[in-house]
Amino acid sequence: MTLTDDSRTGAQLICEALLREGVEIMFGIPGGAIMPFYHAMWEYRTQLRHVLCRHEQGAGHAAEGYARTTGRAGVCIGTSGPGATNLVTPIADAWMDSTPLIAITGQVSSAALGTDAFQETDITGITVPITKHNYLVQRAEDIPYVIKEAFHLARTGRPGPVLIDITKDAQQARTVPRWDQPLRLPRHKSARVLDRGAVERALTLLAGAKRPLIMAGNGVIQAGAAAELRALAERTGIPVITTLHGKGAFPESHELSLGMSGMHGWVHVNRAIQECDVLFNIGGRFDDRVTGKVSTFAPRAQIIHADIDFTEIGKVVPTSVGICADARATLACMLELAPAGNHAAWLSRIRDNQREHEPHQAYRRRPNTPTLMPHDVFASLDRSFHRHSGYRVVTDVGQHQMWAAQLIEWGRPRSHITSGGSGTMGFSIPAALGAALAFPGETIWVIVGDGGFQMTNQEIATMVQEDVRNVKIAVINNGYLGMVRQWQELFEGARYSGTKLTGPDIALLAEAYGVRGIKVERPDDADKAIEAAWAHDGPVVIDFRVEREANVFPIVPAGKSIGEMMVTATASA
Amino acid sequence: MRGARKVARGHTIVALLQDHPGVLHRAVSLLRRRGYNIASLAVGRSEVEGVSRMTLVVEQEDVEQVVKQLNRLVEVLQVDDVTHDPTIEREVVLVKVAAGGNMQSIVSVALGYSATIADVGMGTMLLELSGSPAKVEGFLERLSPFGILEATRTGRIAMVRGRATHSAAELVSDLVASTPAPQSPEQWLSQADGINGTN
Repeated sequence: MTLTDDSRTGAQLICEALLREGVEIMFGIPGGAIMPFYHAMWEYRTQLRHVLCRHEQGAGHAAEGYARTTGRAGVCIGTSGPGATNLVTPIADAWMDSTPLIAITGQVSSAALGTDAFQETDITGITVPITKHNYLVQRAEDIPYVIKEAFHLARTGRPGPVLIDITKDAQQARTVPRWDQPLRLPRHKSARVLDRGAVERALTLLAGAKRPLIMAGNGVIQAGAAAELRALAERTGIPVITTLHGKGAFPESHELSLGMSGMHGWVHVNRAIQECDVLFNIGGRFDDRVTGKVSTFAPRAQIIHADIDFTEIGKVVPTSVGICADARATLACMLELAPAGNHAAWLSRIRDNQREHEPHQAYRRRPNTPTLMPHDVFASLDRSFHRHSGYRVVTDVGQHQMWAAQLIEWGRPRSHITSGGSGTMGFSIPAALGAALAFPGETIWVIVGDGGFQMTNQEIATMVQEDVRNVKIAVINNGYLGMVRQWQELFEGARYSGTKLTGPDIALLAEAYGVRGIKVERPDDADKAIEAAWAHDGPVVIDFRVEREANVFPIVPAGKSIGEMMVTATASA
Repeated sequence: MRGARKVARGHTIVALLQDHPGVLHRAVSLLRRRGYNIASLAVGRSEVEGVSRMTLVVEQEDVEQVVKQLNRLVEVLQVDDVTHDPTIEREVVLVKVAAGGNMQSIVSVALGYSATIADVGMGTMLLELSGSPAKVEGFLERLSPFGILEATRTGRIAMVRGRATHSAAELVSDLVASTPAPQSPEQWLSQADGINGTN
């Protein structure tokens, strides 16, 4: 091909369309049906970096990590068949956590569609329920428009995953591209105009409230509305609680910050929800991990719910005022109109409640034992985060995820990344890879259990190959699938069915990958190991051999009211 | 009682969809994931090119959330639960009955229901009826003693009486209210996007 020729292969058009969307990095694995795209991407490699992952699930999570930390759409690539099905888990994860993700998959040639051809899978059919939209592209000339629309859908409104399945012949065919096609999205509900009347009604409710609360979710972070949230809280004096994904939306060092609510939230926070008279949820979706038993959730409260997705309003709890708009637009409008307020009496009641329960809050402190407790590790990590700056933390799924949420003080948007809605074990290490490539000047900490670590640790090899040096992995290693074991202990008569987990020597495995491995078995060594990891120029894996049967408290048993919290294996609050 | 004149349980949902491959799958998938059974589904082209109209009957008490989720689909232009609206509902049935010496009786039933005799074969008679779901039910019930060999029904289609509130064209003009009436679907589709914009 010569540069004077206007025609391009479909594969080249994918590259050019991605560049037009501002893509700089993609995560994937090649295979038969996607080879034309890989062939073309070589020509664009100086602008469009490809990171070869070890598993498509890793590629998908890496793209999610990139997206969650930057706010841009992450791009992952797989071939047809197993390549595409391996992307299903991260696509579902992105769907549940509203992460802008573009998945590009190769597909068998259009003539072979539906014939059970080698590595043919109906991936558009499979991903219908877990994507905002998906495309089966069979003509090269459709590629520029489809990619443009796909990015628009992934990024606007409530962000989410979009899959583009492109047949091999469409990648190979030549065409003269048309780049000027306007979007054809009639009635697409990505942008709703803010209803000022609803905002005024919400403010009237809040102004009349004696015990109001703000609950901040992922939408605040996605909309870049943390500053507006803080200003509104300070103006009105209303205390703020966050969901798991709201961590970072409001600084936890702030006097109005109460912390996290829900299944593993603090007692005083869940109590505050049960006592409040107006609950303003901004950018959260009342997940069952937040509400507990819905019929008993916030029984005295009128609910104001602001969410960019109109299907969320009224879905779980009856709503007094629904505001369907971007969190930033909502909060900005509220700031225009909200009068100054003060809820010192209510706040001090919550703080009294907090102090009153302090004696019971043994879960916040380590027990008196020479064993390395998870609490030691989280206290050390939290201390190190207070000493250092320029870091983000990716957690996996399970006990360590909840300890991290509880025991580390979070402050900055997009600095706490985790798999929330889907609860995808194995998320953290590849997601950290994506985050580390997005922010090479920062340190990306991974906190992961030994179960999750053994699901996707092969992406450490990707880090080595890509010379990623800014990832530090803390493995909270208790030799169990700890959260399931905890449930078995508390609710199923300690029958540890299928939860005992044998693993490799994680520090040795790290060394085998060519990165630094450290084993920590005593409480006194935790700080030293963490500082060594910060200081080391390259990935580090710390194997924290913690007490095997430590539990996360408080816990609201599944299906119970958030007013019924277990604070130890035998005591409730 | 609300909706007493309708089928006791179930909702009639009317939706306008872009006429694309896969759009039906996406819509139906939202019902399937909840285990909802679709009693009937009728879909065809609407009065606007590129836009299909679908009538869906779901045997379920509460469809509010699924209607919202249908509305969220990219290719779904509008969704309405018309269960409690004053509507005209129609269905077409083709039914083949065994016809021997009783042909005259079958013809009487057909005449009684204003059905059409579409075909008469050796020992069979093929009848065609368009009517309300209740009329179609009654018709089939009356024919069953003769021996129904085969029956096929289109599924319900529904339209709200009076001023058309579910017109695809109205939807279009609503979208492009500030601009002159567009000429082609392509044109209004692109203009619609311009108005909706991005955020």
